[in-house]
Amino acid sequence: MLLFTLDSLPLNYCGIVKNIRCAPNTKRRLLDLGLVKDTKITPILNNPMGDPVAYEIRGSTIALRKEDSKLIDVTINL
Amino acid sequence: MSNSEEEEIARDFLCFGDAQATLVIVDATCLERNLNLVYQILEITNNVIVCVNLLDEAKKKGININLKLLSKILGVPVVGTVARKKKSLNNLISVMYKVCSGTIKCSPNPVKYNDDIEKVVSKLLPIVTNILPKQYLYLSKWITMKIIDGDKKILSSIENFTSTNLHSASIVKVLENINLDISTNFSFRDSVISNIIATAETVALKVCSFEKENYNLRDIKIDKILTSKSLGFPIMIIFLGIIFWITIVGANYPSELLSKLFSYIQEKLVLLFDFLKIAPWLKGVLIDGMYKTVSWVVAVMLPPMAIFFPLFTLLEDLGYLPRIAFNLDKCFKKACSSRKASSNYVYGIWM
Repeated sequence: MLLFTLDSLPLNYCGIVKNIRCAPNTKRRLLDLGLVKDTKITPILNNPMGDPVAYEIRGSTIALRKEDSKLIDVTINL
Repeated sequence: MSNSEEEEIARDFLCFGDAQATLVIVDATCLERNLNLVYQILEITNNVIVCVNLLDEAKKKGININLKLLSKILGVPVVGTVARKKKSLNNLISVMYKVCSGTIKCSPNPVKYNDDIEKVVSKLLPIVTNILPKQYLYLSKWITMKIIDGDKKILSSIENFTSTNLHSASIVKVLENINLDISTNFSFRDSVISNIIATAETVALKVCSFEKENYNLRDIKIDKILTSKSLGFPIMIIFLGIIFWITIVGANYPSELLSKLFSYIQEKLVLLFDFLKIAPWLKGVLIDGMYKTVSWVVAVMLPPMAIFFPLFTLLEDLGYLPRIAFNLDKCFKKACSSRKASSNYVYGIWM
Protein backbone atom coordinates (compact mmCIF):
# COMPACT_ATOMS: atom_id res chain seq x y z
CA MET A 1 0.00 0.00 0.00
CA LEU A 2 1.56 3.24 -1.17
CA LEU A 3 0.96 6.24 1.05
CA PHE A 4 0.89 9.73 -0.38
CA THR A 5 0.25 12.95 1.40
CA LEU A 6 -3.00 14.56 0.31
CA ASP A 7 -1.31 17.69 -1.04
CA SER A 8 0.65 15.61 -3.57
CA LEU A 9 -2.51 14.04 -5.02
CA PRO A 10 -3.06 15.31 -8.59
CA LEU A 11 -6.31 16.97 -9.57
CA ASN A 12 -9.28 14.62 -10.05
CA TYR A 13 -7.46 11.58 -8.67
CA CYS A 14 -9.47 9.88 -5.99
CA GLY A 15 -7.55 9.13 -2.81
CA ILE A 16 -8.56 7.14 0.25
CA VAL A 17 -7.78 8.64 3.63
CA LYS A 18 -5.61 6.42 5.75
CA ASN A 19 -4.13 8.59 8.44
CA ILE A 20 -4.65 12.10 9.79
CA ARG A 21 -1.68 13.57 11.59
CA CYS A 22 -3.01 17.10 12.17
CA ALA A 23 -3.15 18.86 15.53
CA PRO A 24 -6.07 17.68 17.71
CA ASN A 25 -8.24 20.72 17.05
CA THR A 26 -7.84 20.56 13.31
CA LYS A 27 -8.27 16.83 13.34
CA ARG A 28 -11.54 17.17 15.15
CA ARG A 29 -12.81 19.65 12.60
CA LEU A 30 -11.82 17.34 9.79
CA LEU A 31 -13.54 14.40 11.46
CA ASP A 32 -16.70 16.48 11.78
CA LEU A 33 -16.57 17.17 8.08
CA GLY A 34 -16.62 13.46 7.49
CA LEU A 35 -12.93 13.02 6.84
CA VAL A 36 -12.42 9.73 8.63
CA LYS A 37 -10.33 6.70 7.77
CA ASP A 38 -11.25 5.05 4.45
CA THR A 39 -13.11 8.10 3.15
CA LYS A 40 -12.74 8.90 -0.53
CA ILE A 41 -11.38 12.34 -1.24
CA THR A 42 -10.76 13.96 -4.62
CA PRO A 43 -9.04 17.27 -5.30
CA ILE A 44 -11.31 19.08 -7.76
CA LEU A 45 -10.24 22.71 -7.81
CA ASN A 46 -6.93 24.45 -7.70
CA ASN A 47 -6.65 27.92 -6.30
CA PRO A 48 -5.31 30.71 -8.55
CA MET A 49 -2.58 31.16 -5.96
CA GLY A 50 -1.94 27.45 -5.52
CA ASP A 51 -3.18 27.15 -1.95
CA PRO A 52 -5.74 26.09 -0.67
CA VAL A 53 -7.12 23.28 -2.79
CA ALA A 54 -10.80 22.30 -2.87
CA TYR A 55 -11.64 18.66 -2.33
CA GLU A 56 -14.78 16.71 -3.01
CA ILE A 57 -15.74 14.59 -0.04
CA ARG A 58 -19.04 12.84 0.61
CA GLY A 59 -20.89 14.94 -1.92
CA SER A 60 -19.76 18.31 -0.66
CA THR A 61 -16.74 20.45 -1.30
CA ILE A 62 -14.24 21.58 1.30
CA ALA A 63 -11.09 23.62 1.02
CA LEU A 64 -7.93 22.58 2.82
CA ARG A 65 -4.71 24.48 3.16
CA LYS A 66 -1.47 22.83 2.19
CA GLU A 67 -0.21 22.87 5.75
CA ASP A 68 -3.15 20.67 6.71
CA SER A 69 -3.34 18.51 3.61
CA LYS A 70 0.32 17.55 3.84
CA LEU A 71 -0.47 15.98 7.22
CA ILE A 72 -3.12 13.70 5.73
CA ASP A 73 -2.00 10.38 4.26
CA VAL A 74 -3.94 8.82 1.42
CA THR A 75 -3.63 5.82 -0.86
CA ILE A 76 -4.71 5.54 -4.47
CA ASN A 77 -6.84 2.69 -5.72
CA LEU A 78 -5.23 1.26 -8.82
CA MET B 1 -19.08 17.55 19.40
CA SER B 2 -18.60 21.26 19.30
CA ASN B 3 -15.76 23.40 18.06
CA SER B 4 -16.79 26.93 18.85
CA GLU B 5 -18.46 28.90 21.56
CA GLU B 6 -21.80 29.20 19.80
CA GLU B 7 -21.85 25.47 19.21
CA GLU B 8 -21.16 24.91 22.89
CA ILE B 9 -24.06 27.13 23.87
CA ALA B 10 -26.34 25.32 21.46
CA ARG B 11 -25.22 21.99 22.87
CA ASP B 12 -25.80 23.09 26.46
CA PHE B 13 -29.29 24.20 25.56
CA LEU B 14 -30.06 20.94 23.79
CA CYS B 15 -28.87 18.94 26.78
CA PHE B 16 -30.19 20.94 29.66
CA GLY B 17 -32.59 23.52 28.22
CA ASP B 18 -35.50 21.15 28.75
CA ALA B 19 -36.99 21.83 25.33
CA GLN B 20 -40.26 20.22 24.33
CA ALA B 21 -38.93 19.24 20.96
CA THR B 22 -35.88 19.81 18.82
CA LEU B 23 -36.22 20.65 15.16
CA VAL B 24 -33.17 19.74 13.12
CA ILE B 25 -33.08 21.35 9.71
CA VAL B 26 -30.99 19.49 7.20
CA ASP B 27 -29.99 20.26 3.65
CA ALA B 28 -31.45 17.80 1.18
CA THR B 29 -28.61 18.40 -1.26
CA CYS B 30 -26.03 17.01 1.13
CA LEU B 31 -28.03 14.77 3.41
CA GLU B 32 -25.18 12.53 4.39
CA ARG B 33 -23.18 15.26 6.02
CA ASN B 34 -26.23 16.59 7.81
CA LEU B 35 -27.28 13.20 9.13
CA ASN B 36 -24.09 13.29 11.12
CA LEU B 37 -25.56 16.19 13.11
CA VAL B 38 -28.94 14.48 13.41
CA TYR B 39 -27.35 11.41 14.94
CA GLN B 40 -25.39 13.48 17.41
CA ILE B 41 -28.58 15.19 18.53
CA LEU B 42 -30.49 11.91 18.76
CA GLU B 43 -28.01 10.87 21.44
CA ILE B 44 -28.97 13.81 23.59
CA THR B 45 -32.70 14.11 23.25
CA ASN B 46 -35.66 12.01 22.19
CA ASN B 47 -38.16 14.49 20.81
CA VAL B 48 -36.47 15.30 17.55
CA ILE B 49 -38.12 16.35 14.32
CA VAL B 50 -36.01 16.24 11.20
CA CYS B 51 -36.87 18.83 8.59
CA VAL B 52 -35.38 18.11 5.19
CA ASN B 53 -35.22 21.48 3.50
CA LEU B 54 -34.22 22.53 -0.03
CA LEU B 55 -36.12 19.65 -1.61
CA ASP B 56 -36.53 21.76 -4.74
CA GLU B 57 -32.78 22.23 -5.08
CA ALA B 58 -32.24 18.52 -4.53
CA LYS B 59 -34.76 17.74 -7.24
CA LYS B 60 -32.93 20.03 -9.62
CA LYS B 61 -29.77 18.11 -8.94
CA GLY B 62 -31.57 14.83 -9.49
CA ILE B 63 -31.54 13.70 -5.87
CA ASN B 64 -34.58 11.86 -4.60
CA ILE B 65 -34.99 11.31 -0.89
CA ASN B 66 -37.27 8.68 0.55
CA LEU B 67 -38.54 10.60 3.56
CA LYS B 68 -40.75 7.79 4.84
CA LEU B 69 -37.87 5.37 4.90
CA LEU B 70 -35.65 7.96 6.58
CA SER B 71 -38.28 8.48 9.27
CA LYS B 72 -38.51 4.73 9.79
CA ILE B 73 -34.75 4.33 10.08
CA LEU B 74 -34.28 7.28 12.42
CA GLY B 75 -37.40 6.56 14.47
CA VAL B 76 -38.43 10.20 14.51
CA PRO B 77 -40.77 12.21 12.28
CA VAL B 78 -39.22 13.53 9.08
CA VAL B 79 -40.83 16.40 7.20
CA GLY B 80 -39.81 17.57 3.77
CA THR B 81 -40.01 21.28 3.09
CA VAL B 82 -39.28 23.90 0.51
CA ALA B 83 -38.93 26.91 2.76
CA ARG B 84 -39.72 29.32 -0.07
CA LYS B 85 -43.20 27.84 -0.35
CA LYS B 86 -45.34 28.56 2.66
CA LYS B 87 -47.58 25.58 2.06
CA SER B 88 -44.86 23.07 2.76
CA LEU B 89 -44.25 24.73 6.12
CA ASN B 90 -47.81 24.15 7.34
CA ASN B 91 -47.22 20.44 7.44
CA LEU B 92 -44.07 21.03 9.48
CA ILE B 93 -45.94 23.18 11.97
CA SER B 94 -48.63 20.57 12.47
CA VAL B 95 -46.06 17.82 13.00
CA MET B 96 -44.23 20.01 15.50
CA TYR B 97 -47.49 20.58 17.34
CA LYS B 98 -48.24 16.88 17.40
CA VAL B 99 -44.81 16.06 18.80
CA CYS B 100 -45.03 18.76 21.46
CA SER B 101 -48.51 17.69 22.51
CA GLY B 102 -47.50 14.03 22.56
CA THR B 103 -49.75 12.76 19.75
CA ILE B 104 -46.67 11.56 17.89
CA LYS B 105 -44.23 9.61 20.00
CA CYS B 106 -40.57 9.63 19.01
CA SER B 107 -38.53 6.52 19.59
CA PRO B 108 -35.20 7.32 18.02
CA ASN B 109 -32.78 4.65 16.88
CA PRO B 110 -29.42 6.10 17.79
CA VAL B 111 -26.12 5.00 16.30
CA LYS B 112 -25.13 1.45 17.08
CA TYR B 113 -21.52 1.60 18.14
CA ASN B 114 -19.10 -1.24 17.63
CA ASP B 115 -18.28 -3.69 20.39
CA ASP B 116 -15.07 -1.97 21.43
CA ILE B 117 -16.93 1.19 22.28
CA GLU B 118 -19.94 -0.50 23.86
CA LYS B 119 -17.69 -2.63 26.04
CA VAL B 120 -15.89 0.40 27.40
CA VAL B 121 -19.10 2.34 27.91
CA SER B 122 -20.84 -0.49 29.74
CA LYS B 123 -18.09 -0.49 32.36
CA LEU B 124 -18.69 3.07 33.38
CA LEU B 125 -22.40 3.42 32.67
CA PRO B 126 -23.76 1.92 35.95
CA ILE B 127 -21.68 4.29 38.06
CA VAL B 128 -22.76 7.34 36.12
CA THR B 129 -26.39 6.24 36.27
CA ASN B 130 -26.05 5.96 40.03
CA ILE B 131 -24.81 9.44 40.69
CA LEU B 132 -26.91 11.40 38.17
CA PRO B 133 -30.01 13.22 39.41
CA LYS B 134 -33.21 11.59 38.18
CA GLN B 135 -34.18 14.22 35.64
CA TYR B 136 -30.93 13.76 33.77
CA LEU B 137 -30.93 9.98 33.63
CA TYR B 138 -31.79 10.02 29.92
CA LEU B 139 -28.38 11.61 29.36
CA SER B 140 -26.42 8.95 31.21
CA LYS B 141 -25.03 7.17 28.16
CA TRP B 142 -24.07 10.41 26.50
CA ILE B 143 -22.38 11.69 29.66
CA THR B 144 -20.56 8.40 30.11
CA MET B 145 -19.17 8.69 26.60
CA LYS B 146 -18.10 12.25 27.26
CA ILE B 147 -16.29 11.21 30.45
CA ILE B 148 -14.34 8.57 28.56
CA ASP B 149 -13.72 11.04 25.75
CA GLY B 150 -12.30 13.37 28.36
CA ASP B 151 -13.14 16.76 26.88
CA LYS B 152 -12.74 19.06 29.88
CA LYS B 153 -14.96 21.85 28.58
CA ILE B 154 -17.95 19.60 28.06
CA LEU B 155 -17.42 17.87 31.37
CA SER B 156 -17.28 21.07 33.36
CA SER B 157 -20.50 22.31 31.78
CA ILE B 158 -22.15 18.97 32.48
CA GLU B 159 -21.05 19.24 36.11
CA ASN B 160 -22.45 22.75 36.27
CA PHE B 161 -25.86 21.86 34.90
CA THR B 162 -26.42 18.57 36.67
CA SER B 163 -24.59 19.64 39.83
CA THR B 164 -22.85 16.29 40.12
CA ASN B 165 -19.21 15.56 40.65
CA LEU B 166 -17.82 13.64 37.71
CA HIS B 167 -14.41 13.41 39.27
CA SER B 168 -15.42 11.19 42.15
CA ALA B 169 -13.06 8.44 43.23
CA SER B 170 -15.17 5.62 41.81
CA ILE B 171 -15.30 7.16 38.35
CA VAL B 172 -11.61 7.95 38.31
CA LYS B 173 -10.81 4.39 39.29
CA VAL B 174 -12.92 2.86 36.51
CA LEU B 175 -11.48 5.34 34.04
CA GLU B 176 -7.98 4.27 34.94
CA ASN B 177 -8.96 0.66 34.40
CA ILE B 178 -10.45 1.50 31.03
CA ASN B 179 -7.38 3.38 29.94
CA LEU B 180 -5.25 0.39 30.85
CA ASP B 181 -7.46 -1.90 28.78
CA ILE B 182 -7.54 0.28 25.71
CA SER B 183 -4.70 -0.44 23.37
CA THR B 184 -2.64 2.55 22.38
CA ASN B 185 -3.84 2.39 18.80
CA PHE B 186 -7.48 2.70 19.77
CA SER B 187 -8.71 6.26 19.98
CA PHE B 188 -12.12 6.36 21.60
CA ARG B 189 -13.09 9.68 20.09
CA ASP B 190 -12.01 8.75 16.58
CA SER B 191 -13.89 5.50 16.56
CA VAL B 192 -17.04 7.13 17.97
CA ILE B 193 -16.98 9.69 15.19
CA SER B 194 -16.17 7.06 12.59
CA ASN B 195 -19.15 5.05 13.77
CA ILE B 196 -21.49 8.01 13.51
CA ILE B 197 -20.23 8.93 10.07
CA ALA B 198 -20.38 5.37 8.82
CA THR B 199 -23.98 5.14 10.01
CA ALA B 200 -24.84 8.41 8.31
CA GLU B 201 -23.25 7.11 5.13
CA THR B 202 -25.22 3.87 5.02
CA VAL B 203 -28.48 5.62 5.86
CA ALA B 204 -27.92 8.27 3.21
CA LEU B 205 -27.17 5.58 0.66
CA LYS B 206 -30.42 3.82 1.53
CA VAL B 207 -32.72 6.84 1.35
CA CYS B 208 -31.15 8.86 -1.47
CA SER B 209 -31.31 7.95 -5.11
CA PHE B 210 -29.48 9.88 -7.76
CA GLU B 211 -31.00 10.31 -11.17
CA LYS B 212 -27.96 11.75 -12.79
CA GLU B 213 -24.56 10.36 -12.07
CA ASN B 214 -22.65 13.63 -12.07
CA TYR B 215 -25.32 15.77 -10.58
CA ASN B 216 -23.08 18.67 -9.69
CA LEU B 217 -21.08 18.77 -12.88
CA ARG B 218 -22.45 22.19 -13.80
CA ASP B 219 -21.45 23.63 -10.44
CA ILE B 220 -17.94 22.34 -10.82
CA LYS B 221 -17.68 23.89 -14.27
CA ILE B 222 -18.70 27.28 -12.89
CA ASP B 223 -16.31 26.87 -9.98
CA LYS B 224 -13.49 26.09 -12.37
CA ILE B 225 -14.02 29.42 -14.11
CA LEU B 226 -14.48 31.40 -10.89
CA THR B 227 -11.28 30.07 -9.39
CA SER B 228 -9.14 29.76 -12.50
CA LYS B 229 -5.74 31.34 -12.68
CA SER B 230 -6.54 33.72 -15.53
CA LEU B 231 -10.17 34.58 -14.82
CA GLY B 232 -10.57 34.20 -11.06
CA PHE B 233 -9.24 37.56 -9.99
CA PRO B 234 -10.59 39.63 -12.92
CA ILE B 235 -14.10 38.24 -12.35
CA MET B 236 -13.81 39.03 -8.68
CA ILE B 237 -12.71 42.59 -9.35
CA ILE B 238 -15.47 43.08 -11.92
CA PHE B 239 -18.12 41.68 -9.58
CA LEU B 240 -17.06 43.81 -6.63
CA GLY B 241 -16.56 46.82 -8.93
CA ILE B 242 -20.10 46.53 -10.23
CA ILE B 243 -21.44 46.34 -6.70
CA PHE B 244 -19.47 49.36 -5.58
CA TRP B 245 -20.49 51.29 -8.69
CA ILE B 246 -24.17 50.50 -8.14
CA THR B 247 -23.83 51.47 -4.49
CA ILE B 248 -22.03 54.74 -5.05
CA VAL B 249 -23.97 55.93 -8.08
CA GLY B 250 -27.30 54.49 -7.03
CA ALA B 251 -27.12 55.95 -3.55
CA ASN B 252 -26.94 59.49 -4.87
CA TYR B 253 -30.59 59.71 -5.85
CA PRO B 254 -32.21 58.54 -2.61
CA SER B 255 -29.62 60.58 -0.69
CA GLU B 256 -30.69 63.72 -2.47
CA LEU B 257 -34.36 62.94 -1.93
CA LEU B 258 -33.82 62.26 1.75
CA SER B 259 -31.86 65.43 2.36
CA LYS B 260 -34.58 67.42 0.56
CA LEU B 261 -37.21 65.80 2.74
CA PHE B 262 -35.24 66.46 5.92
CA SER B 263 -34.64 70.11 5.09
CA TYR B 264 -38.34 70.52 4.34
CA ILE B 265 -39.16 69.08 7.77
CA GLN B 266 -36.55 71.39 9.30
CA GLU B 267 -38.25 74.44 7.83
CA LYS B 268 -41.54 73.32 9.30
CA LEU B 269 -39.89 72.63 12.65
CA VAL B 270 -38.42 76.12 12.71
CA LEU B 271 -41.89 77.53 12.05
CA LEU B 272 -43.31 75.40 14.86
CA PHE B 273 -40.61 76.50 17.31
CA ASP B 274 -41.19 80.17 16.42
CA PHE B 275 -44.93 79.67 16.90
CA LEU B 276 -44.36 78.15 20.35
CA LYS B 277 -41.95 80.98 21.19
CA ILE B 278 -39.17 78.65 22.27
CA ALA B 279 -35.91 80.26 23.42
CA PRO B 280 -33.34 80.68 20.62
CA TRP B 281 -30.62 78.74 22.46
CA LEU B 282 -32.88 75.70 22.87
CA LYS B 283 -33.92 75.98 19.24
CA GLY B 284 -30.24 76.02 18.27
CA VAL B 285 -29.46 72.90 20.30
CA LEU B 286 -32.47 70.92 19.11
CA ILE B 287 -32.72 71.91 15.46
CA ASP B 288 -29.32 73.11 14.29
CA GLY B 289 -27.51 70.72 16.62
CA MET B 290 -29.36 67.47 17.02
CA TYR B 291 -31.86 67.37 14.20
CA LYS B 292 -29.54 68.58 11.48
CA THR B 293 -26.70 66.23 12.41
CA VAL B 294 -28.92 63.18 12.69
CA SER B 295 -30.76 63.87 9.46
CA TRP B 296 -27.49 64.55 7.66
CA VAL B 297 -25.97 61.28 8.77
CA VAL B 298 -29.10 59.35 7.86
CA ALA B 299 -29.35 60.99 4.43
CA VAL B 300 -25.73 60.24 3.60
CA MET B 301 -25.30 56.81 5.19
CA LEU B 302 -28.64 55.06 4.86
CA PRO B 303 -28.95 54.77 1.05
CA PRO B 304 -25.52 53.25 0.43
CA MET B 305 -26.03 50.78 3.23
CA ALA B 306 -29.52 49.90 2.07
CA ILE B 307 -28.10 49.15 -1.36
CA PHE B 308 -24.76 47.61 -0.52
CA PHE B 309 -25.81 45.06 2.07
CA PRO B 310 -28.67 43.48 0.10
CA LEU B 311 -26.36 43.17 -2.89
CA PHE B 312 -23.70 41.61 -0.72
CA THR B 313 -26.23 39.19 0.74
CA LEU B 314 -27.19 38.26 -2.78
CA LEU B 315 -23.56 37.45 -3.56
CA GLU B 316 -23.35 35.39 -0.42
CA ASP B 317 -26.49 33.43 -1.27
CA LEU B 318 -25.17 32.82 -4.75
CA GLY B 319 -22.25 31.18 -3.01
CA TYR B 320 -19.77 33.61 -4.50
CA LEU B 321 -18.34 34.86 -1.20
CA PRO B 322 -16.92 31.47 -0.23
CA ARG B 323 -15.24 31.37 -3.64
CA ILE B 324 -13.70 34.76 -2.99
CA ALA B 325 -12.50 33.53 0.38
CA PHE B 326 -11.09 30.50 -1.40
CA ASN B 327 -9.26 32.66 -3.92
CA LEU B 328 -7.91 35.10 -1.39
CA ASP B 329 -7.07 32.63 1.35
CA LYS B 330 -3.34 33.05 0.92
CA CYS B 331 -3.59 36.80 1.45
CA PHE B 332 -5.76 36.36 4.52
CA LYS B 333 -3.39 33.82 5.91
CA LYS B 334 -0.51 36.23 5.59
CA ALA B 335 -2.52 38.95 7.24
CA CYS B 336 -3.62 36.95 10.25
CA SER B 337 -0.83 34.45 10.60
CA SER B 338 -0.32 35.45 14.20
CA ARG B 339 -3.87 34.64 15.22
CA LYS B 340 -4.23 31.71 17.50
CA ALA B 341 -7.48 30.60 15.97
CA SER B 342 -5.92 30.24 12.57
CA SER B 343 -5.52 26.53 13.16
CA ASN B 344 -9.05 26.05 11.94
CA TYR B 345 -8.49 26.69 8.30
CA VAL B 346 -11.29 24.70 6.97
CA TYR B 347 -14.35 26.29 5.52
CA GLY B 348 -17.06 24.75 3.46
CA ILE B 349 -17.93 25.75 -0.04
CA TRP B 350 -21.41 24.48 -0.12
CA MET B 351 -23.26 24.09 -3.33
